[in-house]
Amino acid sequence: MAAVHGDAHGHDDHHPSGIMRWVTTTNHKDIGTMYLWFSFTMFLIGGFLAMGIRAELYQPGIQILEPELFNQFTTLHGLIMVFGAIMPAFVGFANWQVPLMIGAPDMAFARMNNWSFWLLPVAGTLLVGSFFVPGGAAAGGWTFYPPLSTQGGLGVDLMIFAVHILGASSIMGSINIITTILNMRAPGMTLMKMPMFVWTWLITAYLLVLVMPVLAGVVTMLLTDRHFGTSFFNAAGGGDPVMFQHIFWFFGHPEVYIMILPAFGIVSEIIPTFSRKPLFGYSSMVYATASIAILSCVVWAHHMFTAGMPTVGQLFFMYATMLIAVPTGVKVFNWTATMWRGSMTFETPMLFAIGFIFLFVIGGFSGVICAIVPIDIQVQDTYYVIAHFHYVLVSGALFSLFAGVYYWLPKWTGNMYSETLGKWHFWLSMFFFNLTFFVQHFLGLAGMPRRIPDYNLQFADFNMISSIGAFGFGLTQLLFLYIVISCIRSGEKSPEKPWEGATTLEWTHLPCPAPYHSFEKPPIVK
Amino acid sequence: MLIVVPEVCKISNHVGGNMGSKSVVTWAGVSAFTLYSSMAVGQQSKYNFPEPQSVIAQDIYDQHIMLLWICLVIFIAVFGVMFYSILKHRKSLGYKAANFHHSTTVEIVWTVIPCIILIAMAYPATKTVIAMKDTSSPDMTIKATGYQWMWGYDYLQGEGEGISFFSKLSTPRAQYENKEPKGEHYLLEVDNRVVVPVGKKVRVIITANDVIHAWWVPALGVKQDAIPGFIRDSWFTADKAGIYRGQCAELCGKDHGFMPIVVEVMEADDYTQWVAAQQSASAVKTSMHVENK
Repeated sequence: MAAVHGDAHGHDDHHPSGIMRWVTTTNHKDIGTMYLWFSFTMFLIGGFLAMGIRAELYQPGIQILEPELFNQFTTLHGLIMVFGAIMPAFVGFANWQVPLMIGAPDMAFARMNNWSFWLLPVAGTLLVGSFFVPGGAAAGGWTFYPPLSTQGGLGVDLMIFAVHILGASSIMGSINIITTILNMRAPGMTLMKMPMFVWTWLITAYLLVLVMPVLAGVVTMLLTDRHFGTSFFNAAGGGDPVMFQHIFWFFGHPEVYIMILPAFGIVSEIIPTFSRKPLFGYSSMVYATASIAILSCVVWAHHMFTAGMPTVGQLFFMYATMLIAVPTGVKVFNWTATMWRGSMTFETPMLFAIGFIFLFVIGGFSGVICAIVPIDIQVQDTYYVIAHFHYVLVSGALFSLFAGVYYWLPKWTGNMYSETLGKWHFWLSMFFFNLTFFVQHFLGLAGMPRRIPDYNLQFADFNMISSIGAFGFGLTQLLFLYIVISCIRSGEKSPEKPWEGATTLEWTHLPCPAPYHSFEKPPIVK
Repeated sequence: MLIVVPEVCKISNHVGGNMGSKSVVTWAGVSAFTLYSSMAVGQQSKYNFPEPQSVIAQDIYDQHIMLLWICLVIFIAVFGVMFYSILKHRKSLGYKAANFHHSTTVEIVWTVIPCIILIAMAYPATKTVIAMKDTSSPDMTIKATGYQWMWGYDYLQGEGEGISFFSKLSTPRAQYENKEPKGEHYLLEVDNRVVVPVGKKVRVIITANDVIHAWWVPALGVKQDAIPGFIRDSWFTADKAGIYRGQCAELCGKDHGFMPIVVEVMEADDYTQWVAAQQSASAVKTSMHVENK
């Protein structure tokens, strides 16, 4: 630790200029910025793929994408959004905010931080580039179940390699976050005084360290099945395709909480700030986050209710899954109690935070419905599930990211965003999001399977509504890009403390924008 | 109805805005009620599962409706409080913030109540799971095998034993290439239907030849992955004669969207005739096969 501190003290604001600043930087703010721009780029690429999917599904019949290419689009849309957009965006937030919120000068392992970022563009290039190799990109779904994924061509190998690299990057990032939080807090900041965002990231980082190696293991087994004659997932050689699903979802279910716990953290910062009232039930929020993380490790097989399991297995995973509703409910109740008798204002971050709670609860309801085995038997692998996880990942994770960007933009850039355009961004996103995904519940109930390029005429009108919503939602996100760029370039100068209700260290101890090197002398937390 | 549904979410979230809050709340309430009623009453609703045709499918249908009502009550309770707060506790109305931030009693209450609700949901679900899993003593057994991209059926036991055929999509290619108008059962029609008698317990043994598929007939409440090299089973007893359509529900490659499942449920007499026709046809085939040798 001492070496890291000494290193930070030796610097001042001088750094290489141009591209070399970004290639060689070890500054948590630079690296955080790069993470955020990278994830937004991947978000646009993943969004482009989504537009392709919705364009094909706009009406019955095959119009734009042949079935094989359609499958490549759905597969890469999922992979890019999960691994390229949502996860790196949260790591970007952690890079920017964790040191600022705990009063640390930088991340613990500054050089490793640089390396864990620069792995990402390599992996992103592999994923996007796989569209242009013979046979095209992986087409077995983002869950790449064998034996189907054993059949694919070079694109599958590129995807496996990309997942390896992304996993390595995530593990390094998490170790860095854990070390920073545990060792570099300002004097007086005990664990139970940490801001909620820091808490949620600490727990998320442990989850990442726990499950990313499992993912690395399962893709390696898939790779050796494909090329080196092993039969882990091939019944003819004594293996079992269902074993892949168990191992994959042992990673995959904690993964969904990896994408939502930091979102809870961001919302738990924003709601108290704009309610001008401390977070209700701080310690129960910490315990709820930890319970969700622990429970998330014992519910994986609820993704596999139709794979065929013993009755006892189905019942165990059903009960465990339903139990997650309890700590999640506690969080929603705590947010509501924080707002209760506050003195609220509704700037864009607050709107997105409330939108998050509102729609995340709908996603939570459909989650409980999916947890009930008999009902899941009907809705598994239908559009109902698509609607469910977009309610938790888009109006959940993504909305919280928007909320966080608007909340901290003044701190990052020193400028204010346009409040009018921000509100437009919120209301348009809210409208088009629901237009896109609410009707998909009905499609799923009526029996439309997911991952199909064409459908019976009974599904036509809802698909058309959903596609129109998706195009609107996609276009709305270009407005977000415009808002951020115009904030950076020509935004009004931010006041020193733009949010009067904010109480965390970055608002109380640092100017806007935060200087290139902050907290070289740690603040004292009482 | 089509437009109202997404609007429910948007409008009730807009309560914080400038619109008259009462009218908005009323409208949201009426829309939600209309939606729920259309799900609960109209058995052939666009907004719900297809009309159930077996005991299990009926259980699933009823539990889903029950859960929707529970969710609606929780939804109104939680967001009633939240939107009341959003309307009244705002700085622009001069409301001063309180400073409370903890209450163990309240925390315990809102941990225990959800647990009780969950137990109420889990109890009927558990009974249905146990019933779904009970594939013992069937009246007949059919094996369904998933192929890229069609289904194969073998009647293993019971009336019709020995019948065996493949079942492929019969929608002409020109329809999905948009060269011909699409028919009513577009993509949900096959050359050979699986035929079963009404009121008999049919055990379906499910496996696959190449990759994972899933055999799914929504109206009968059956979905089971077909796993190459392994055998899984499920069962149904159809209540009424009729034709019930489903699709492969596990991504299985290029033509995943083009391998439907069609089950035709017949009255006992009709079924016996169908079996006789199939068996004489296959006898002809077999004898021809022998002669050719």
